[in-house]
Amino acid sequence: MDFPILSAITFVPLVGALIILVFKKGQEELIGRLSIAFAVVPVLLAILLWVNYDQDLGGIQFQEDYEWIPVLNSRYTMGIDGLSLPMVMLTSVLSLLAGLYSNFTIKERVKEYFISLLLLEMGMMGVFLSLDFVLFYVFWEIGLVPMLLLIALWGGPRREYAAIKFFLFTLAGSVLMLLAIIAVYLKTDTFNIIEAAAAQPWADNIGAASLAFFGFFIAFAIKLPSFPIHTWLPDAHTEAPVCGSVLLAGVLLKLGAYGLVRMPLSMFPQVFGRFVVDIPILPILAVISIVYGAMVCMAQWDLKRLIAYSSVSHMGYVLLGLCAGAAGIYLGGDYLESANLGLNGAAMQMFTHGVTTGGLFFLVGMIYDRAHTRELRDFGGLGVQIPYYYGMMLVTCLASLGLPGLIGFWSELFVFRGAFGTIPLYAIIGGLGIVFTAGYILWKIVQHMFLGQPKERWASLPDMTSWEKATLWPLVVTMVIFGIYPMPILAPINGFMHSLVENLAQILH
Amino acid sequence: MELPLLSIIVFSPAVGALIIMALPKHRHNDIKLVAAIASAISCLGSIYAFFTYDTAAGGIQFEEQFAWIPAIGTSYHVGVDGISLPLVLLTGVIIFAGVLVSWVREQRPREFFALLLLLVTGVFGTFVALDLFLLFVFYELAVLPMYLLIGIWGTTRKEYAAMKLTLYLLIGSSIALAGVIVAYVDAGLGTFDLLKLAEAGFEPGLQTLLFLPIFVGFDVLGGLWPFHTWSPDGHVAAPTAVSMLHAGVLMKMGAYSALRVGVLLLPDAAQVWLPWIVILTVINVVYGATVAFAQRDFKYVIGYSSVSHMGYVTMGVATICALGSSPEGAQLGLSGAVMQMFSHGVMTGIFFAVVGLIYRRTHTRQLPELGGLARKLPLVAAAFIIAGLSSMGMPGLSGFVAEFQVLMGTYKAFPLVAILSLIGVVVTAAYILRFTYMVFFGPLKEEFRGLPPISAAEKFALAFMCIFIVGFGIAPGYILQIIHTGVSEFLAAIQ
Repeated sequence: MDFPILSAITFVPLVGALIILVFKKGQEELIGRLSIAFAVVPVLLAILLWVNYDQDLGGIQFQEDYEWIPVLNSRYTMGIDGLSLPMVMLTSVLSLLAGLYSNFTIKERVKEYFISLLLLEMGMMGVFLSLDFVLFYVFWEIGLVPMLLLIALWGGPRREYAAIKFFLFTLAGSVLMLLAIIAVYLKTDTFNIIEAAAAQPWADNIGAASLAFFGFFIAFAIKLPSFPIHTWLPDAHTEAPVCGSVLLAGVLLKLGAYGLVRMPLSMFPQVFGRFVVDIPILPILAVISIVYGAMVCMAQWDLKRLIAYSSVSHMGYVLLGLCAGAAGIYLGGDYLESANLGLNGAAMQMFTHGVTTGGLFFLVGMIYDRAHTRELRDFGGLGVQIPYYYGMMLVTCLASLGLPGLIGFWSELFVFRGAFGTIPLYAIIGGLGIVFTAGYILWKIVQHMFLGQPKERWASLPDMTSWEKATLWPLVVTMVIFGIYPMPILAPINGFMHSLVENLAQILH
Repeated sequence: MELPLLSIIVFSPAVGALIIMALPKHRHNDIKLVAAIASAISCLGSIYAFFTYDTAAGGIQFEEQFAWIPAIGTSYHVGVDGISLPLVLLTGVIIFAGVLVSWVREQRPREFFALLLLLVTGVFGTFVALDLFLLFVFYELAVLPMYLLIGIWGTTRKEYAAMKLTLYLLIGSSIALAGVIVAYVDAGLGTFDLLKLAEAGFEPGLQTLLFLPIFVGFDVLGGLWPFHTWSPDGHVAAPTAVSMLHAGVLMKMGAYSALRVGVLLLPDAAQVWLPWIVILTVINVVYGATVAFAQRDFKYVIGYSSVSHMGYVTMGVATICALGSSPEGAQLGLSGAVMQMFSHGVMTGIFFAVVGLIYRRTHTRQLPELGGLARKLPLVAAAFIIAGLSSMGMPGLSGFVAEFQVLMGTYKAFPLVAILSLIGVVVTAAYILRFTYMVFFGPLKEEFRGLPPISAAEKFALAFMCIFIVGFGIAPGYILQIIHTGVSEFLAAIQ
């Protein structure tokens, strides 16, 4: 196919943002509708991509390669493979739903809001599709500013603090990543991500490789976020406007996970493996994120903050899966199958968490819109008052905790199956996290909000409106259908991870 | 006969200055009009030169040479190459924007604009001079009017700041002059021509002796730590257009002269001394950013931010130390330095213009007293944010193109320096965010509710400068081509 579909997916939102620029005050409705239109196009293109991606062939497809900055030896290279395909789908769908939801909830500075939303979508897409380091970095940074604006201008009471903290943390990480990128370039003489990974820089010098590894790792771990550099997240998620949180938790965190696979894992498998098996810093961080994150959730009384911390916990599963993968590759032989499973789980969790946490943040927004409080103590018996909302919230919560039959189950299953096979101690400790997760979801959220005696205060609380339902249904359907039949998501991911594990194992052994 | 484009660019402001002095002092509008036209001519001329430079041919173009004072071997020899051309463009842009921003100046505009234009002639001349004596004459012409401009039309502690700035810069340039004269005598060619002196070559011992006086003497104007202290006070005290010119262009003049004279004439000594000087540049970057963060006066923040960003320029120059091991690193580092000179020049022009706009309306620059101004002056806020993002190296803006190249080159030459300098990036982001918030967001004070909106001239000036930051950020290809041509020739010349 000659049509540059990847560039189209990335830049259609930009076109939308530029068009919105010329609108004046008073045309808010039109701006909102236009934004939705421009957000629909990437979804359609993503579906097109999905259908046309050749699973049997695998690898990078729909590649585009143009000259860009010759003096820097950087090319405009884009491509999609089994890892980025689900991510692109996730990004486009969540962006569309966010646009839809915002149409009905954002009333101030509408123009600037939708421009930020569209530019954010462009940044996120670009990161997933870039195959050139400089291009990757450019899109990564470009995504920071719209999110900063979304939090700082449309956020909650402590929005400025949260926004600046988010920006500076992520920027510090980016700067480290930039250094690592430059080091890798000077070593391998190419900015192409795939070629650089194939070149395996400093394969013989574990010290230098470790430095480069941690440059990348820290940057992506900040974004993931992993304990102990996760502290920007609770404030950012809590203070961000609803759609800001949806996209932040739903997609931006996945940028970190995606980066971890593309760069540290692919380029320095021996270092990753070393720090999982020989010097187990990384799995320790993963299980701390899982367990500590879950425990802090248990202590929260602000619903939004609780869900924010749940992201820390859930992304810990991703890191655990990656550690399992790295360990399996490092150990080789029989461990490779577990490695494959662990990595599958990690990538699936990227998708799953995006869907479920995206849904959760939408739901929080909806209840706050009605009740003007997020304090769990204030709620109770809502199951009777707003049964439709209860139903949706329940399904989303159960998916988030990994109930079999819903999407969350598969990702956790694979992560733990992979981890048991390679790093069993951490699998067991991480398993504790599942218990705590069930705890905070069932006890804190479901029980406090929906069960028990209905309160006078909420007697006339309206249930979900049609557009709120329209926002949630796609996500709920995804949770259920892919919970029962995960193959459509699993197949491309497995295809990618299988070849990754094979390649890396071959290199190392 | 070919149009002497460079001479027109250089002397148009001076001619304008003379015309202005001849006008009666109450004819404010005419004075401003002449100033605008004179600076516009230079600006358009520099844009024309910029876009008609033949990158395939490279080398010195638009060259002019006339005999001047044969007795001492100095001629009127001017020309531009890939390194000086962006700086000429920068000067044109900043002076035109500066004149627009000064449109409302009511206090003795005749003398103000005359001195300003005279100064600009000096700046243009320095960038295009290919004869050392000529360079010095223009250099001093750019420094001396500052004393009056700051001392008469300045603000905070203007007499002190004017004196400090002028003394520092004069002492710096005198030391450099002394070094240059020694070189002139030693070469024994009886000419001040830069190209001929560069070919002559000097013995390593003499080079090592002369390098510090010449390089550091000039780089005082470039804000090299610890000789930078004239800069914050000077910039803060200066009236808006003068700050724009000074931080935006004159500081580049210093770094440029250090490069063009110091490094070109004394390449072997450069290899010896620059690894030490690069340590100073790291201090510039990190210390400058940290001190900027601590300021309460908005203008001081920008002043220190200039000290910080100029560190990248000298850092990029220092990457020529990698010439032996990695010519590509030196190429990138030096290109980054030149790009940073251009990018920071425009960026800081925007910064000081914004500060001036705000001060004129609110009559305060103290951060705790400001706030919420984005509501009254949204375009001003937007311009400031664009410049701010560029200063922290956000891709899509020219600052990224500059910093990325400097970083790459520096990593090749001095890896530790590159790593340390990144601290500066994060601190820069921190203070930019903090001050953008403190000035433009948050609650709007009662007394600011009636602020006059932005004028057409101010709007145009800001937009004009932003176009370059955004344009060369999104599509840096053309300017990079020019810079790279110049840099490769320069590196070839010093090997």
